[in-house]
Amino acid sequence: MADINRLAQMFMELDDLLVGCMRCGMCQAVCPVFAQSGREGDVTRGKLALLDKLAHEMLEDPQGVKEKLDRCLLCGTCQANCPSGVSVMDIFLKARAIMTGYFGLSPVKQAIFRGMLKNPKLFNTLVGMGSKFQGLFTKKVDDMLGSSCARFNAPVIGDRHFNSLAKKPLHKIVPEMDTPAGKSGIRVALYVGCVVDKIFPQVGEAILKVLKHHGVGVYMPAGQACCGIPALSSGDTSTFDSLVNMNVKLFKDAEFDYLVTGCASCTSTIKELWPHMYQGDSVTRYEAAKLQKKTMDISQFLVDILQVQPTGGNCGRSVTYHDPCHLKNSLGITAQPRELIRTAGCDYKEMAEAGTCCGCGGSFNIAHYDISKQIGSRKADNILAAKVQTAATSCPACMLQITDMLSQKGAGMDVKHVIELYADSL
Amino acid sequence: MSKDAIIKEFEAAIGAENVMTDETDRHAYSYDAAVLDSVVPALVVRPTTSEALGKCVKLCNDNGVPLTVRGAGTNLSGGTIPHPGGCVVLTNGLNRILEINEEDMYAVVEPGVVTAKFAAEVASRGLFYPPDPGSQTVSTLGGNVAENAGGLRGLKYGVTKDYVMGVDFWDVNGELVKSGSRTVKCVTGYNLAGLMVASEGTLGVFDKIILKLIPPAQAAKSMMAIFPSMKAASETVAAIIANKIVPATLEMMDNFTINTVENFRGAGLPTDAAALLLIEVDGHPAQVEDEAVLVEKICKENGATEIKVAKDAAERDAVWQARRDALPALAKLKPTCVLEDATVPRSKIPAMIAALEEISKKLDLTIGTFGHAGDGNLHPTILTDKRDKAEWERVEKGIDMIFDRALALGGTLSGEHGIGLAKSKYMEIETSRATLEYAHRMKSVLDPKGILNPGKIIGFKK
Ligand SMILES: Cc1cc2nc3c(=O)[nH]c(=O)nc-3n(C[C@H](O)[C@H](O)[C@H](O)COP(=O)(O)OP(=O)(O)OC[C@H]3O[C@@H](n4cnc5c(N)ncnc54)[C@H](O)[C@@H]3O)c2cc1C
Ligand code: SF4
Ligand code: SF4
Ligand code: SF4
Repeated sequence: MADINRLAQMFMELDDLLVGCMRCGMCQAVCPVFAQSGREGDVTRGKLALLDKLAHEMLEDPQGVKEKLDRCLLCGTCQANCPSGVSVMDIFLKARAIMTGYFGLSPVKQAIFRGMLKNPKLFNTLVGMGSKFQGLFTKKVDDMLGSSCARFNAPVIGDRHFNSLAKKPLHKIVPEMDTPAGKSGIRVALYVGCVVDKIFPQVGEAILKVLKHHGVGVYMPAGQACCGIPALSSGDTSTFDSLVNMNVKLFKDAEFDYLVTGCASCTSTIKELWPHMYQGDSVTRYEAAKLQKKTMDISQFLVDILQVQPTGGNCGRSVTYHDPCHLKNSLGITAQPRELIRTAGCDYKEMAEAGTCCGCGGSFNIAHYDISKQIGSRKADNILAAKVQTAATSCPACMLQITDMLSQKGAGMDVKHVIELYADSL
Repeated sequence: MSKDAIIKEFEAAIGAENVMTDETDRHAYSYDAAVLDSVVPALVVRPTTSEALGKCVKLCNDNGVPLTVRGAGTNLSGGTIPHPGGCVVLTNGLNRILEINEEDMYAVVEPGVVTAKFAAEVASRGLFYPPDPGSQTVSTLGGNVAENAGGLRGLKYGVTKDYVMGVDFWDVNGELVKSGSRTVKCVTGYNLAGLMVASEGTLGVFDKIILKLIPPAQAAKSMMAIFPSMKAASETVAAIIANKIVPATLEMMDNFTINTVENFRGAGLPTDAAALLLIEVDGHPAQVEDEAVLVEKICKENGATEIKVAKDAAERDAVWQARRDALPALAKLKPTCVLEDATVPRSKIPAMIAALEEISKKLDLTIGTFGHAGDGNLHPTILTDKRDKAEWERVEKGIDMIFDRALALGGTLSGEHGIGLAKSKYMEIETSRATLEYAHRMKSVLDPKGILNPGKIIGFKK
């Protein structure tokens, strides 16, 4: 382990970013973790102050700072609302990388990130086995999946009400695709993302149905790897780099107009983090920056580019919408998913606090399930208060959390991806 | 008693889960929104009942531990920077609205209730709580009372003190002192509630606060007037008041702030304007119509080049968004942002503006000025980087000069941000030696061990 002065030096590299926080405390109004605990160490201002103190060698307990830093959903709400424009996500991700460099990565995470995520084929095989035997080996699958993907915590521990792994993942139903542009004259690349692939293949199928309906050509290569956000948020930059590298290789030489995903987290990771946080070769970074410009959320693509009109179909139910942090806070996309729900002929009702985090936040859900559950429970209450039949969202990870929370309250409601509602109306 | 023993006592009294002693937790309560050096406390406690709050105060006093109460820690004067080795008492575990009485129009709250949440709850019952500090989404009512916080509506509706009907507080011995009442009129004994307002945690720890509520205005109209000079704008302010119109809000922005806000939001503000006034009149619909016309006329007579009256709620929002954007927009320009609080009689605003321009030139500092022109409360905002030692020295000099000029114009050190640590050194200049002596004598009796937020407002006795 490096000595603490060296650690301080590494944190000094964040000094230019840290100094932008004027300690106004306005982030207390929006941070979901702080709303539960009421502790300054849990809110952005407190975390930034601690990092600043670490950098200036005023603190002796880096482990304590790391624990505070980890009590964060990385939801980006604070950054989106910070009057001073502090690049909070940038700081937190870099700080986690420094911490991981200093303390090392836990053996479990090493096994998951480096052993499994870096090897998509093995990942698929293991998850495939998991789905067949999940009744028998739940515990084993848990440990593996538990912290593997951003919120890929499906069959986990305790009193969670989880979605099980799909019987047949998307890559088994549709291994790959390469179709020319149809009547729309547009061709897109589809980045599937692991939660859609392994837990909600029906979301992937809905996307493919919609694209086909509108005459959009699809490039969906086999062997897609995880987007890398779980590794990055655990400070494992080397795994992140190799995942970005693998994915970029798959997409860089193909011809397409847009890269679409049905996962808010994937979209924001590809757009915001691939080119920005990738530390490897400059060619890949250049290619990632090219992909960044083309990347879009699926409802943004349908509404802004295809300008879809009401289908005349009637989805026949009342629907409310939860804004995934990764769409609202990092990309500012809030109108298009709602419009798509209306376009599908649903009776749309806005819920209270639609834009607050559902409390999942990746491995946060695993490490801090109690807070995660409190935050999610409030979300579920808001959904119930909207008195609708269906809760919709644009992020499969949020779907997992919301399903867990609604199910624990015995709500008997269904949780759908926006694209499923639209696909059903066609 | 040893430090460990004291901590054990706290744990026994209020529960171990409410006592924080880890290095990181203590460091997280070593600062507030003021640009001052942090000081690390020995422990942090978070009582969740009124009784526990009283116990904390008593324990601190019994053991001679300096105590600093902390609401949201948004004060801009160092009021919650702890004393070395002291104890920080958090109030955000005491956040219940105990009563909203619609018939008699008052409310009883615990000190940790967040201002905006309270105002929203009151509004949902068809009533109005006017004080709206810029920090209201996070600031606490206890912090508002302890700082006598003001806001955009100060001109017509007054500030926090105008709504405090009573405060129950713990004295240093952990005894509950009651003051004020639920009646509009009350002259029972000393006005202790009044003494608690702006006391910044140096005289007692608030337990419950009784706040006055009023009926909301039925109608409101907002407008934005554009001026070719700060002088014309500030003369307009005086003229509006002289015409016996008291707008609900009357805010000013200088050219630098206008441009910064425009770069930030791109909402179409006139970037070549030397000054903007943002004005809202409210009240009975007929009166609002009349006053709006008159205000427009006065603005024109005083040289306004253009006046935009908001036609609907969306346009009204746009007017206030521009004002709300002032601080965030300025804050983004430079790492450090020193928000000052110089306040002068309204008629002296032109002179104060001239003084600020002169100071900024002389010391080569970037200063954006906006603020509550209607009540003479300006917020010159100095933009800098604290790490630049040479510039920081000029900033400190600039702050001294700003207060010097404000006082010379018959103004005051603080319109609403409080004195805390930041301005205690100027107190004697505005008041007198005798005033400080009196305050120290009072404090020495009420707080013989000097544990209540030592050093704030009146400094240490020399
Ligand atoms: C962006 C921003 C905008 C602001 N805008 C305004 C504005 O428009 N108008 C304005 O007036 N101020 C403004 N402020 C300053 C600040 O928000 C106010 O002073 C506010 O009242 C502080 O509330 P708080 O809960 O944060 O109190 P804190 O900062 O936690 O405490 C303030 C003082 O009150 C004392 N205190 C707190 N609770 C108690 C209690 N229960 N008993 C005894 N003493 C107590 C503390 O010891 C301290 O001395 C602004 C600050 C920021 C950062
Ligand atoms: S809102 Fe932004 S500037 Fe203010 S304390 Fe939080 S992070 Fe810092
Ligand atoms: S990212 Fe979300 S959870 Fe983390 S500090 Fe910001 S608001 Fe809080
Ligand atoms: S964001 Fe998408 S690809 Fe990335 S971990 Fe989550 S589901 Fe998998």
